[in-house]
Parts: sequence; structure tokens; C-alpha cells
Amino acid sequence: MGLSVDRERCIGAGMCAMTAPAVFDQDPDDGLVVLLDAEPAAADRAAARMAAGVCPSGAIVLRDAPGSGGA
Amino acid sequence: MSESLHTVAAMPTERRPGCPFDPPAELVEARGHGPIVRLTHPGGMPGWLITGYDLVRSVLADPRFSSRKDLLNVVDFEIPPAPPGEFLLMDDPEHSRYRKPLVGKFTVRRMRLLTERIEQVTAECLDAMAAAGSSADLVTAFAKPIPTIVICEILGVPYEDRASFQQQIDAFMGGEVGDEELIAAYTATQEYLARLVAAKRAHPTDDVLSELTDSDLTDEELKGISLILLAAGFDTTANMLALGTYALLRHPEQLAALREDPSLIDGAVEELLRYLSVAKTFMRTALEDVEVGGQLVEAGTTVVLSYNTANRDPERFTDPDVLDVRRPFDGHLAFSHGIHQCLGQQLARIEMRVAFRALLDRFPSLRLDVPAEEVPLRPETADIYGVKSLPVAWDEK
Repeated sequence: MGLSVDRERCIGAGMCAMTAPAVFDQDPDDGLVVLLDAEPAAADRAAARMAAGVCPSGAIVLRDAPGSGGA
Repeated sequence: MSESLHTVAAMPTERRPGCPFDPPAELVEARGHGPIVRLTHPGGMPGWLITGYDLVRSVLADPRFSSRKDLLNVVDFEIPPAPPGEFLLMDDPEHSRYRKPLVGKFTVRRMRLLTERIEQVTAECLDAMAAAGSSADLVTAFAKPIPTIVICEILGVPYEDRASFQQQIDAFMGGEVGDEELIAAYTATQEYLARLVAAKRAHPTDDVLSELTDSDLTDEELKGISLILLAAGFDTTANMLALGTYALLRHPEQLAALREDPSLIDGAVEELLRYLSVAKTFMRTALEDVEVGGQLVEAGTTVVLSYNTANRDPERFTDPDVLDVRRPFDGHLAFSHGIHQCLGQQLARIEMRVAFRALLDRFPSLRLDVPAEEVPLRPETADIYGVKSLPVAWDEK
């Protein structure tokens, strides 16, 4: 699983930092998403996936690692 | 597809007597006819009502639907644009210009730092309750003061102004006063906020409003922003605390589970948000022709979104009408979705987690002090579902 974030789209709702705190944080100054780990460990993947799902602005982009065969 | 399409006359918002937690019956019935049905607005204009979770969510995330107040096509007179700063009723880039300077002030981390202060405020309210005897109105003793004190401190409303200020907000948010009094309360709040902004500009203190005077926002805009933060930040949380306690007292097995395992509180708060969906009406206007759930929503048409039924959508949630504090969180629409999703949601979460837990810890014998069906509900005119008062009692130790 690979992750990227679009700070232009982010509205700072904080859902990602709440749902997957090991993977996302918010910039203390502007409140926008900070990606802590673009290739989260297995234990954090479910939370990261949910964070992408609940992000209200679609600022989190999730893709399966190349060659992983994931849909 | 269009044969005998179900039509709803205006937006029903009244919950059935005896069912203060469930969506209005007409909305549930409408959902039975599909996630999008026809609706006639109060001004007679044709519109749509969206009741299904997926469709509500997709419209909220769709930039082809506008939040602009002046585009609403629901009454037979022209609606003026939102006043400066009231960014809930604006689209990007205007909306973003107002929201962006605020975002950093309401991060998860910053709100967590407030936890201790919220615990203190809560403890003081509960102390006062305990000291006053073995019964209380939970609305005035607990549900209202906690979020009011917290939002006043965040904005920097001086302590000595709080009582009169809370009274004004109550009047203009409570839906219980006549038009004249409503306008008076609204005007008084506006005037107070204008003076507050001017005071912060002249003598900045350690609070969000003072920090915002450093941005490029004008005083008029700051006043509008403050009004939004107050209205959204106070009334919603207050009603969640009161209606949420009422719901827990009506579901003793859920209350018992929460008492037994306090670590359930985070999930319980999300479940109460979903189950109660206290925010009522949300509207969006199509900027162009858009197909929604197989229906054509024509440009200029206003759609009404029901979070109530969306959050109880059986296609999205298992046993949606059951309050289950153990339900795993995987999203709800109580804080909306899309670019307008609640800015203060992390604050609201922490206030609820702290306050519900402290209340249950402090009063293990908490119970309703009137028959459950006699708890007075807020009038339909209020924007947020809730109770007018919640008489409770407990055994004195």
C-alpha cells in the first residue's frame, strides 16, 4: 500500500490524524495534513485505509503497491 | 423510472412523539421509496430530498452542488448572500479564504491539549450539581455550561460577559422565542461580537480571536466567523450532551456497558453522533444539470439532505436503529462531509468524551426524575434536535 496526500485539497478536518495517528498528523501551524508514513506497516494499513475513506475532501490518495496485485 | 415518483411536501423535521431519537417518520417512509425522491420547497419550487447515505455523501463532496445562501431556490423571494465571515453558506474560493486561517486552531493535537481544561470545567459543573442536592436539570447544570465555557475561553469572551452572552445565544438558537425577541437577541449578539473583535484588535489576549486579528480578515469578517464558531460550537454540543444522556438513560444495557468498560467511550460518542444526528436540515443547489441516483437534478434546483436517515441507512449500517456503543466506527455524517465538514468536530468529540465519562463516574445512580415520555423536547423551530430540560436524580452519598 502506498499513500500520498494533496495539501491543496485538505480542509483540516483532522479525520486522518484521529483515525490513523501513526500515519497522519496535522501541521501545527496551518492544520493541514502531514503524511508521516507513505508506506505504512501492516498493522497500520487498515486504519490508513479507513482514514482515506472518511477524509471529507478526498485529500488522501491510496494506491496498492506496484506488483501487489491489489485491485 | 419517473412513474409515480414519491413526493414529500417541504422538509419534515419533527420526530414522532415518544421517539425523540429516531428520524421523522415521513423521512423514513420517503427512504423506502428510494434514496432520492421529489420534494416541494416551502415556496412551491420543485426540489429533491436525499435520504440515502451514499447519495448524501456524494452530493456533499460534489463541487457541482453549491452551499451559497443566495442560490437557494426554496422560497418565493430573493435570499441575500451570506454576510462576511459566515463561510458555511459560501463556496470555494471564498469559503476557503475564511476556513483556512481557522484550521490550525482546531487540530486534533490542539484540542487534545484542551482536555485537561475541559475536565476541570466538567468537574466544576458536576461539583455544583452534587452540592445542590440529589436532583437537577441536566441541560442547565451540565449540557449547556460545558460547551459554552469552553467556546468562550477559546474565543476569548471575558468571564464577566458570559452570563448575558449565554442568554443571548440561548434566545437566538433555542427556537423558543418570538420573532421580535429573536431579532433582538441576534442583534445583541452581533453588537457584542463587534465590540469583542474591536477589543481584541486593540489589546490582543491569548485566544483564537486575538490570533485571527493577525490575518488579513476585516473586523466585519471576524465578527461573522465568531458567530459561526459560537452557534455551531455551542448549541450542537449542548444538545448532544443532553439528548445523548437521555438516550443512554433510556438504554440501560448500553449505559451499563459504558460504565463497565470506560474504554468504550470514544466509540460510544461516535455511535451517539450517528444514532442521534442532531443537526436537521442541509441544502445544496445544483450549479449545472447533475444526475443523482438515476434522477436528473436540474441546474438551479435545491436539494435537501437528510443526515437523520442517512445515518440510519440499512444499506450502510447493520441494525441501524439500534444504539450500540460497541459498534466499530467506520464513518457517519453527523459532522457532514466534503469541504464544509465540521471544523470543530475534534473539540466536540473531546468535550463529549470527557463530559459523558465524568457524569457517569460521578453519579453511578443517575436516573430520569420524570417518566421517560414526559421529558420535554425542543420545539420544531429549533435548528438542532434536543431536549428543553432533562430532569435527573441520584442517590446522595
